[in-house]
Amino acid sequence: MSQSIKKQTQSLKSFFKKKMLSIDEDKGEITITFDQKNIIESLRFLRDRPEFDFKQLIDLCGVDYQEYKIAAQDEKRFCVVCHLLSLSNNQRLRVKVFADDDEFPIFPTMTEVWPNADWYEREAFDLFGLMFEDHPDLRRLLTDYGFVGHPFRKDFPMIGKVEVRYDPTLKRVIYEPVSIDERNNVPRLIRDEGIHRG
Amino acid sequence: MKVFIVAEIKNYTMNFGPQHPAAHGVLRLVLEMDGEVIQRVDPHIGLLHRATEKLAENRTYLQSVPYMDRLDYVSMMMNEHAYVMTIEKLLQLKVPIRAQYIRVLFDEITRILNHLLWLGAHALDVGAMTVFLYAFREREDLFDCYEAVSGARMHAAYYRPGGVYRDLPSKMPQFQPSKKQSASEINKLNKNRTGSLLDFIEDFSKRFPTYVDEYETLLTDNRIWKQRTVGIGVVDPERAVALGMTGPMLRGSGVEWDLRKKQPYETYSKLNFKIPIGKEGDCYDRYLVRMEEMRESNKIIKQCIDWLRVNPGPVISNDNKVSPPSRSEMKEDMESMIHHFKLFTEGFHIPKGEAYAAVEHPKGEFGTYIISDGANKPYRLKIRAPGFPHLAAINEMTKGHMLSDLVAIIGTQDIVFGEIDR
Repeated sequence: MSQSIKKQTQSLKSFFKKKMLSIDEDKGEITITFDQKNIIESLRFLRDRPEFDFKQLIDLCGVDYQEYKIAAQDEKRFCVVCHLLSLSNNQRLRVKVFADDDEFPIFPTMTEVWPNADWYEREAFDLFGLMFEDHPDLRRLLTDYGFVGHPFRKDFPMIGKVEVRYDPTLKRVIYEPVSIDERNNVPRLIRDEGIHRG
Repeated sequence: MKVFIVAEIKNYTMNFGPQHPAAHGVLRLVLEMDGEVIQRVDPHIGLLHRATEKLAENRTYLQSVPYMDRLDYVSMMMNEHAYVMTIEKLLQLKVPIRAQYIRVLFDEITRILNHLLWLGAHALDVGAMTVFLYAFREREDLFDCYEAVSGARMHAAYYRPGGVYRDLPSKMPQFQPSKKQSASEINKLNKNRTGSLLDFIEDFSKRFPTYVDEYETLLTDNRIWKQRTVGIGVVDPERAVALGMTGPMLRGSGVEWDLRKKQPYETYSKLNFKIPIGKEGDCYDRYLVRMEEMRESNKIIKQCIDWLRVNPGPVISNDNKVSPPSRSEMKEDMESMIHHFKLFTEGFHIPKGEAYAAVEHPKGEFGTYIISDGANKPYRLKIRAPGFPHLAAINEMTKGHMLSDLVAIIGTQDIVFGEIDR
């Protein structure tokens, strides 16, 4: 398995050369990072070239790196991570693209490369506020009708911002600011020494 | 001169669900209909969205295990499996071989559980009531296995990073006499519960093939069943791959792809089983694929039982930084006590990095992607639910079909909202 991973890394390296930002191999998984500019063209190569043949988009998700800055990516905040699968070569690949602009993260849509990117992009838009240019139908997917904000961003509180209840006098459901406090019994703690030997 | 007045026929929009018996939970579809022919389907999902991924960011790794049960709530242990596998990959943790076999055993039990619910619900949607009753009769036995091993009938939280919570019990829980059931009835019920859990599962696996035959006599050659499923929701293989379909949805279209064979995890490479595939890619073929999968799962269960009977051993990693030490050790050894205290207050830390691990879930590929920044909680957890791309494809699958076929297609997709909405 590790041999084929090495071979795959080599072929990706020799094919993309300057077109990619970085490639690394860890725990038997390959991560390739692309620049936002030529992403669609590169993805097409990944899909169509027989040595890659990544016909299936397994997963696409947004990541908010606000509290975990990656120096190698100029501490950019938003990222789209795709997991690709090649059925014919039995290989997986992780593709990362960082948004250039933290305030208005916009990516080209991948729906023309893989049709199932449609809902994944809608989800990333809904939860992280990532925009996808030329997406055919960029609406919210998982949150409530009329929801304000993007709940999976790190600056969105875990308990949310509004709560709903039925108001018997108005005879309808109303939205109010949350009345509960966030409860966190186990603090988030990073131990650098000894990793999980803490 | 005659004047003909032709009524203007327009497409009309119809609401399906969210409270509909065939909507499998909380599916809301906005249908655009031309008469009784579907032009467009727009699923509105998220009515069961609980932000599991966000909650996991605020809990330690161990605290999130029970949340995984509640994703796809008809195949509970499989969800846990993908999650703990990702953690094990990140920690490079070795799982004892006995734990791997127990996991495979319960994965296959879970697969049968899931397929039985799918079969019952699918048949019920299409109009065959009896299968539902039969399927639930067998589910009851499998829930008893869950209960014997974890104490919970559904949300087990049995798989833990590094292995499973405890070894298989040597005794099955017994039915107790009550006012409603006499002692002789209870004895009858307890007949196959006198031995260990493995004896009980073995007894079940011997009975199960005849049960599958029973379901098949009710459906496989049934004229109505065939009229409702043959040629409905056809997906050709290339399109199925492009739409991100996995599991029986992909295999029903004739693509031979099963992670248990292609990217084997745990002990699947040592076990002997076959991968059934369909030909036409319609609802009927997917039905046949799943029925055959149940038989194959049963074979795997038998092999696991044979192995587990003769190979005792540890069922959880002895790395006490991740898995708790035994009770008796804790009472005598200071260090074990510290480990226990640290594990259940602060939890274990995962070194910086990211990993994706997937299992062949009954519905397709279920994977989790974890990014860790070195803390005791995940920085980001992404759950790749198999039902999500399947439901996204519903518009394409139903176009030009009748309204009643929509119900068959929802049934064949084996939709569960716990995982799609997360």
